[in-house]
Amino acid sequence: MKIGKQTYFLDNKVYIQSAYSLAGPYEAKGNFREYFDSVMEDDEWKCKSHEMAEIQMQRYVIGECLSRVNVNPMDCDVIMGGDLINQIVPTSFSARDFRTPFMGLYNACATFGEALAIGSTLVNGDFDKVVCCTSSHYATAERQYRYPLELGTQPTPESQWTVTGSGAVLLSKKQGNYPMVTGYTVGRVLDFGLTDPNNMGGAMAPAASNTIVTHFRDTGRSPDYYDMIITGDLGRFGRETLHYLCKKEGYVLDNLNDCGSLVYSDEQKPGQGGSGAGCCSLVFASYLYKKLIDKSLKRILFVPTGAMLSKDSALQGESIPGIAHAVVIERED
Amino acid sequence: MEDKQYMDYIHTHAQKSSHVTTLVWAFLVGGLICCVGQAFGDIFKVLLPNWEQSKISALVSMTMIFLGSFLTAIGVYDKIGIHAGGGSIVPITGFANSVVSPAMEFNKEGIVLGMMAKMFVIAGPIIVAGTVSSVVTGFIYWIVELIR
Amino acid sequence: MEIFLGYVKAFAIGGLVCMIAQIFINKTKMTSARILVMFLLLGVVLEFVGAFKFIEEFAGAGITIPITGFGSTIVKGAKEGAKIGLFESVTYGFRNMAGGLTAAIFFGFLFALIFKSHSKKV
Repeated sequence: MKIGKQTYFLDNKVYIQSAYSLAGPYEAKGNFREYFDSVMEDDEWKCKSHEMAEIQMQRYVIGECLSRVNVNPMDCDVIMGGDLINQIVPTSFSARDFRTPFMGLYNACATFGEALAIGSTLVNGDFDKVVCCTSSHYATAERQYRYPLELGTQPTPESQWTVTGSGAVLLSKKQGNYPMVTGYTVGRVLDFGLTDPNNMGGAMAPAASNTIVTHFRDTGRSPDYYDMIITGDLGRFGRETLHYLCKKEGYVLDNLNDCGSLVYSDEQKPGQGGSGAGCCSLVFASYLYKKLIDKSLKRILFVPTGAMLSKDSALQGESIPGIAHAVVIERED
Repeated sequence: MEDKQYMDYIHTHAQKSSHVTTLVWAFLVGGLICCVGQAFGDIFKVLLPNWEQSKISALVSMTMIFLGSFLTAIGVYDKIGIHAGGGSIVPITGFANSVVSPAMEFNKEGIVLGMMAKMFVIAGPIIVAGTVSSVVTGFIYWIVELIR
Repeated sequence: MEIFLGYVKAFAIGGLVCMIAQIFINKTKMTSARILVMFLLLGVVLEFVGAFKFIEEFAGAGITIPITGFGSTIVKGAKEGAKIGLFESVTYGFRNMAGGLTAAIFFGFLFALIFKSHSKKV
């Protein structure tokens, strides 16, 4: 059911039946250390390359997410997800090991939001079980977007640290003591002309603010309808910017949080915080899902954000457009 | 909100590098690497008294490049670089770092098309700039010699 | 004592050169390749106008160990070659680069065969 300009409410109930998270060694020392389902002891994970490790991560997370609720991968209707690497190789290669139909998605770091939106729509329709999974890996993202790992570059204070980790959720029609996806707002690609590829929080904040403000205007809800509004990977500076932008539009977000700025502890000092397609899925499948299960969070607005840049587009002088999708996740009372 | 207004907001509010710390780090590390080079120069002068100065300085460069490569290979140079910035980029060891790090990174794509082909993704511009300036200055010197 | 003073001078000038590079990094967000090219060309220009010699006499390794020293040896080679002929004038610069380049390429090849790159740990 379409509400307003960009928001959709789901008529049927779409449950998040299961979630599984896998964190890298550095993330495992962060703020959410006790929430992760499993932890990698090193980021190569006995694979020949970091790319292969990322394939292995997604395969493991999807497998564990399904076996946790005794669902055979062959009974799933579709696996959908994405990552940051060329031609979303880690996701599609991990899907070749399951005899399940597959749809690859790409929305940079907002891919998990896109997967939840599309997946919940499918389950709202005729699909029965949909797996959504995204991942990111520090070493593969570094090679994809920046420099070789051993090059002695100095991270700028605006820069973020790509999260090594992966999270998967199973959306299904099966009723139970699970949180539900009840609606979503699809975001627009917004470009305010920022060109510094290190300052992605600043590039994504306008898109996030646009999506959040549109969501409130479409639904008529106010920010305190939600227990928590949590963005994907804006980082500390991006979060402040988003707060400022929403305030200008008349919405004061006191319950605003950001997965990227929360995932690392203060002692770890990774610039502005974490980023990457795996950042929001990791935090969602661990911390947020567990808080939703024990009902300490009842309604959240989950807003994964993405910066749509490539190494070449930045070199060609293009600015960095951002995108954000808002997904409403609620508990039945 | 207008684009320009937003850019102004970003520029005024974004966190800036702390100049004092980064500059002190760059100064100390850069100075230290130069002192190591100076020491090698002095040692080689004693060990190889018959060698001319230009050969000694080339040998010093090669030794420093070896050190830079080795520290890159064992994963130390990138850690120095996080703090030192310019202090570890500008010395000749930084040049070695920029050759060895992509070679190690792209070794996974094979030796010929990975390592050998991509060894110069960062250091290539330096070699090109050096060669071009060599030809240009050489040509100018040649014309000057002709006129004489 | 004189040797010690030489080290102090090398430290000071070398540190100063790196500090100038750091100012550029902080102000313009230049990446390492651009910084290296810039300082190489600085060395070329200093040698070409004849100022490099004086700095080298004062600071020793403080100016030759930074990539500026690489630039200066290139111009020195070109100057040497120009006295012989046109062919030598355009190729002797590269000849002077040969030592450093050979070392970088050979050690790069060797170490890449032996060692693997790892993620940074902060």
